[in-house]
Amino acid sequence: MKTIAYRLVAVALIGVALTLTTDVFLTPANLLNVLRQASLTFLIASGLTLTILTAGLDLSVGANVGLSACLAATVMKSTDSIALGVAAGLGVGALVGVVNGLMITLLKLPPFIATYGMLWTLNGVTYWFMGGDTIHGFSPGFRQLGSGYWLGVPVPIYVMAAFLVAGGIFTRYTTFGHEVYAIGANREAARLSGVPVRARLNLVYVLSGAMAGLAAIVYLARLNSAEADIGEPLTLPAIAAVLIGGTSLFGGAGSLSGTLAGALTLTLVVNGMNLLAVDANWQPLVTGVIVILAVWMDVMTRQRAEARV
Amino acid sequence: MNSPPEGGHYVRAVPGAAYLLAILIVVFAIFGSGFATVANVLNIGVQSSVLLLLALPMTLIIMSEGLDLSMSAVLSLAGVVLAWMLMNEHGLPAALAAAVGVGLAFGVANGILVVALGLPPFVATLGTLGVAQGLALVLTGGQSVVGIGDVLPAVYDSRPLGLPFSIWIALAAFLVFRFTLSKTRFGAYVSAIGGNREALVLAGVRANLHHLAVYALGGAMAGLAALLLTGRMSAGHPTAAIGMEFDAVAAVIVGGTSFERGKGRLGGTLIGVLTIGVVKNGLNVLAISSSLQVASIGVLVIVALVIDSMLQAVGARRRGRTLPA
Repeated sequence: MKTIAYRLVAVALIGVALTLTTDVFLTPANLLNVLRQASLTFLIASGLTLTILTAGLDLSVGANVGLSACLAATVMKSTDSIALGVAAGLGVGALVGVVNGLMITLLKLPPFIATYGMLWTLNGVTYWFMGGDTIHGFSPGFRQLGSGYWLGVPVPIYVMAAFLVAGGIFTRYTTFGHEVYAIGANREAARLSGVPVRARLNLVYVLSGAMAGLAAIVYLARLNSAEADIGEPLTLPAIAAVLIGGTSLFGGAGSLSGTLAGALTLTLVVNGMNLLAVDANWQPLVTGVIVILAVWMDVMTRQRAEARV
Repeated sequence: MNSPPEGGHYVRAVPGAAYLLAILIVVFAIFGSGFATVANVLNIGVQSSVLLLLALPMTLIIMSEGLDLSMSAVLSLAGVVLAWMLMNEHGLPAALAAAVGVGLAFGVANGILVVALGLPPFVATLGTLGVAQGLALVLTGGQSVVGIGDVLPAVYDSRPLGLPFSIWIALAAFLVFRFTLSKTRFGAYVSAIGGNREALVLAGVRANLHHLAVYALGGAMAGLAALLLTGRMSAGHPTAAIGMEFDAVAAVIVGGTSFERGKGRLGGTLIGVLTIGVVKNGLNVLAISSSLQVASIGVLVIVALVIDSMLQAVGARRRGRTLPA
């Protein structure tokens, strides 16, 4: 709980700094915009959080968003059916997760290598599939999901809230959730105490893929267009959000609410840079530094905990 | 300490990847007209040379149970610096020194993060990837650096003894790495870092220093590779090499170096690099789009890993043992 408090303080400090340095930061429109951006990052990062909780990793989430969005867009355009498009996006996302899971549990590949190979494979397939095309202009009903408002609040924020609550219950109060933490904390001990480790890992990667598919749908509705490269800039921020949120790369410790705090922090930084008119080219640099600092904190926390034992 | 550790591995391991390469060459030679020509073979060599410069140090890094995802972003940044120095007429030697210097700085930074601070290599170098890519974009505003003069293009296009310049550089780098790994103390220590670090430390070796040097070498080699990349394009571009670190990791894995056993095979890496070169070139000759080529490398890695684990299982059965689960 203390770590969550630190993170909220960090968010508050950035908020105060931006309020003082810019005129527009503390306006309802901008704050809602920050929340909407953060909700997209959170959706991608939430499945990723589960994989990291099991001491794994899913580097393919960004590329998965790219392929899922492009396929969903194509299906939606060619069939004129929102439902089929959404099903295609979610289905492809989950299917990628199935393959990731099998590579890790069946072929026993290290998760970062399996999902890293998947990243480039998906990128290649997406570019080939799109052939440089852009698909844009979707029905207003569908676009509501990304850019609409309900009671004055952007719709993606409701989606995020729903998954935050559902995910929170899932990880904290169900056997599945406890098993996820147990696998990450000590895989061998989990196996010996009867956790079906392989089946749970498979499910975790499928969930990560499906969440990438869902994020792709919301992203598509927000952008109103799909291109082969839309997923590429999303991987690093998603990993940054999870790590800033205090989920340990070594597995077994962390939470979805932490990931939300991480997504908010990161979005505030990017929003602040935009408001202060900082060149967008700085963003990968800043995100990279944040990732390094967050991992460093994770490692130090762990070393201190081990020193205490 | 002067003989290669378990030298037999080189001899036994290389054929696995080599068979794959041979099959690919035969298939492409039959189905792609223009594949088996001297010009095209040299072309494959030239295209593979930049990748080999990255894959050689990547082999050492993976042997030490690490990973460097920042290599291609560092290569792009070094290329931008090299091109900028040439554009401002600082001369090729100074420009090359600056490029290698930038690479070395990132390599040392990676080494400090991984070795001294103990960060997991794949996320630490993902962070430095972002930093290097961001720096390259900020320095150039996302534009190519052109007007690099005639010296570098002339050197790049030269053909001493009929072989393209980049093939000479790649060959020289391979021989130096091979010699270093098998004949020097540093090479022996590097082999031990991934396999038996504890023994190294107990023997009084400063394992951390050698471990850090492996990452520093990776950065410096990315800087050197900028010479060939910039020469080929006659310009520096901030995202020129994006994704090449995956090809380098793929080449190392296809070549039979393992993440878990601390065993590196430079000969295997060379074959891995050539396999990737042949796949890309062959698919080009067959007029298959470059984006599917990217996907095919991913599949190639998985096939190589599956073959690897099957061979291990067979080997274990022959020796009358079963693999630990």
